[in-house]
Amino acid sequence: MAGTQADNHRGTQPAATGIYLDNSATTRPDPAVVDAIRTVLEIEFGNASSVHRLGVAARRILDESRRAVGELLGVASEEIVFTSGATEANNLAILGVARQWRPGRQQMESRRPHAITTAVEHPSVLEPFRRLQEEGWDVTFLQVNHNGQLDPGELATALRPDTALVSTMWVNNETGVLMPLPAIADLLNRRQQETNLRPLWHVDAVQAVGKFAIRPRELGIDLLSMSAHKMHGPKGAGALYVRRGVHLTPVLLGGGQEWGLRSGTENIPGIAGLGSACRLAARRLAADPGGEGLRQLREALWRFIEGNIPGVSRHGPGSPEEVAPHILNVSFPGTKGEVLVRYLSERGVFVATGSACHSRRPEPSHVLTAMGLSPDEVGASIRFSLSWENTREEIEQAAAILKSAVAEIRELTGWRPGRTPAR
Amino acid sequence: MFNSILVRYGEIALKGKNRPEFEGQLQRQVRRALADADVPVERVERTYGRIVIGIGAASSEAFSRAARALGRVFGVVSFSPAVRLPVDLDDPVEAMAEAAWGLVQTELALKPRSFKVDARRSYKKFPLNSLEINQELGAAMLRRGIGLSVDVHNPDLTVAVEVRQEGVYISTREFPGPGGLPYGVTGRAILLLSGGIDSPVAAWMSMRRGVEVVGLHFHSYPFTSEEARRKAEDLGRVLARWGGGKFKLRVCHFTEVQKAIQRHVPEELRITIMRRMMFRIAEKIAAQEDALALITGENVAQVASQTLESLGVIEAVTRLPVLRPLAMFDKMETIAKAKEIGTYEISIRPYEDCCTIFTPVHPKTRPRLVDAEAAEAAMAAEVDIEMLLAEAVERTASTDLDPMPE
Repeated sequence: MAGTQADNHRGTQPAATGIYLDNSATTRPDPAVVDAIRTVLEIEFGNASSVHRLGVAARRILDESRRAVGELLGVASEEIVFTSGATEANNLAILGVARQWRPGRQQMESRRPHAITTAVEHPSVLEPFRRLQEEGWDVTFLQVNHNGQLDPGELATALRPDTALVSTMWVNNETGVLMPLPAIADLLNRRQQETNLRPLWHVDAVQAVGKFAIRPRELGIDLLSMSAHKMHGPKGAGALYVRRGVHLTPVLLGGGQEWGLRSGTENIPGIAGLGSACRLAARRLAADPGGEGLRQLREALWRFIEGNIPGVSRHGPGSPEEVAPHILNVSFPGTKGEVLVRYLSERGVFVATGSACHSRRPEPSHVLTAMGLSPDEVGASIRFSLSWENTREEIEQAAAILKSAVAEIRELTGWRPGRTPAR
Repeated sequence: MFNSILVRYGEIALKGKNRPEFEGQLQRQVRRALADADVPVERVERTYGRIVIGIGAASSEAFSRAARALGRVFGVVSFSPAVRLPVDLDDPVEAMAEAAWGLVQTELALKPRSFKVDARRSYKKFPLNSLEINQELGAAMLRRGIGLSVDVHNPDLTVAVEVRQEGVYISTREFPGPGGLPYGVTGRAILLLSGGIDSPVAAWMSMRRGVEVVGLHFHSYPFTSEEARRKAEDLGRVLARWGGGKFKLRVCHFTEVQKAIQRHVPEELRITIMRRMMFRIAEKIAAQEDALALITGENVAQVASQTLESLGVIEAVTRLPVLRPLAMFDKMETIAKAKEIGTYEISIRPYEDCCTIFTPVHPKTRPRLVDAEAAEAAMAAEVDIEMLLAEAVERTASTDLDPMPE
């Protein structure tokens, strides 16, 4: 195994470990990232708070990484708080804002504080909001339409003068659908002009960062979460952008690191990896800010699927303004999601399904269900999520394997086009 | 303070030449179980009607482990931690009283108010007979002022004294063993282990009758998941705690057979034919393993494959006896037993052992043998069934599972 490690870090073909199309779940750490982490583990292992040379060196790495994150997002490095990942960043943002809330700070209609989010957020956003509900907050969960899209008008209706917090994702991790952030930005700006009131706006940008260029400051976003392992960095590292002037009550208390917002000895290896990943992403996005390369590959995959496999349906809209470039969600009637995933896995292709047998009953994707898909459709849905490392050849290979897999499973289930799978 | 454990066994006290073999196997299992539990054993002796374990200076933690281990050795009816005294003491009564008093101290948490002495003397050269021991030991204990009174009819505590040739054993507690026959004395059988609640219970009940159980699990990856297979393995690990301290599991790659049935058998007979194929494979595995019978967790019920008609049609493919320990159980009884033996929580993990793709909507609950045979004849016209079965047997892996840690 050690030999493989040395080879991998020089950038072996991902194909050696199969065709990886599950980048929304996690991504392969880039060799440069692995190098950066190894250096910290083996050489620059000091505690960033230590006064001696090793500590100073660690702090320098911390600062450089912070700068790299800030530059990728177009914000100041002092506005970046490092966390253990996006889940922690989301918790810090939502609970951190909520714990700052005091009655009387805003004009109120009722004494209960109000927040708005959507029904298709990641559990690390939904669960903190459910906790706030238990604590007495009034939380509105906005619904999406059959395409998985949020109507900004619904947000406008739900907004109250005393709404304290709005939280939306940038890109939905299951469908790739973009939330209408420019429209939301306009809406909040207008509210502010009319009423002098404005809720704080948090965006979970986990599936956006590194895929296409994002500028939270220009949109007026106050808080933004990101995760290293979704952009070829390591697991266990992430960050929360906190616009200057925004106050949070910290979740993790202790030694006061990260301006008191996130105590705990800094995870320099993870942070170095995150910084390295951000520098890589910045270079890629400089050449392709819209993620066009990814979009073309994704559309090629869809064209092949549509052209070779009958009866499929694609979930979510297709135009660049409405969907992120790297995610494709398709139902394959006549198959079962987990069976197809395992089938493909046996043949070296790695994807994800909206259906999962990890509870008493198969718990289907809450996102696809919110879009109005039937349990059968959800159960037969597959998510393909691409990365900068995928090649055209890989896509074609994967599509061919997919075609034969679907054909064989359909042969066993007796599915035929136009016939509802009553079996 | 204990230095011995007295182990009692019952049913194997049979007449005839089987007895030494059974006792020998029980002794081996006791040794093995205590070794697996890391209990420092000085000797394990078989004396008439008892197995005596000498433990030496063992911690109370080691005694707990020993008690748990012995509680899982089939053939053991009960066992008692004891203090063993030499049989030729100058002042046996005082020595016994000292030991008994020490034991009673350990029982005071139960707040006993009365006791009696219950002596049994099989070593006739001992200076006191049973009645004398009862009286003199009782008196000696009272003199020590332990605050208990004597009650020969309904005592809270019984001080048991066994005077044997090799020693005098004093104990105050009797723990139940699982009963049954020593593991392996009745032979080997193949148990069809599905991963549901029933088959592990059937395995345990068979092991209790001295059957050495070899598990056979059918998986159909990619239609079934790795987790379903792991479920079967974990069940095997729990069963390994009982019986012989390990569990052999055969895992059969059933996917191709499953697909062939799906393609060539009418929907309502697929479950029946699938079970018949499983039994055929099990029979071949039995030949490989020198097993004499098949065992299943089948239960006479209304559901598809478990009506009397189904059971008959399915087992018609084999000449081996098919044992069904749970045939007449109520579900609640099976569940209670599964919880008792530690397999229930694993069995209810939600991983299917048969993909819903292969589950017919309207299975035939009362199939006829002629229909099953006709379906298989039609199938044989399309595929080489013998070859499919042979390949499935070929692709049946074998693992020896160690007991799951507590």
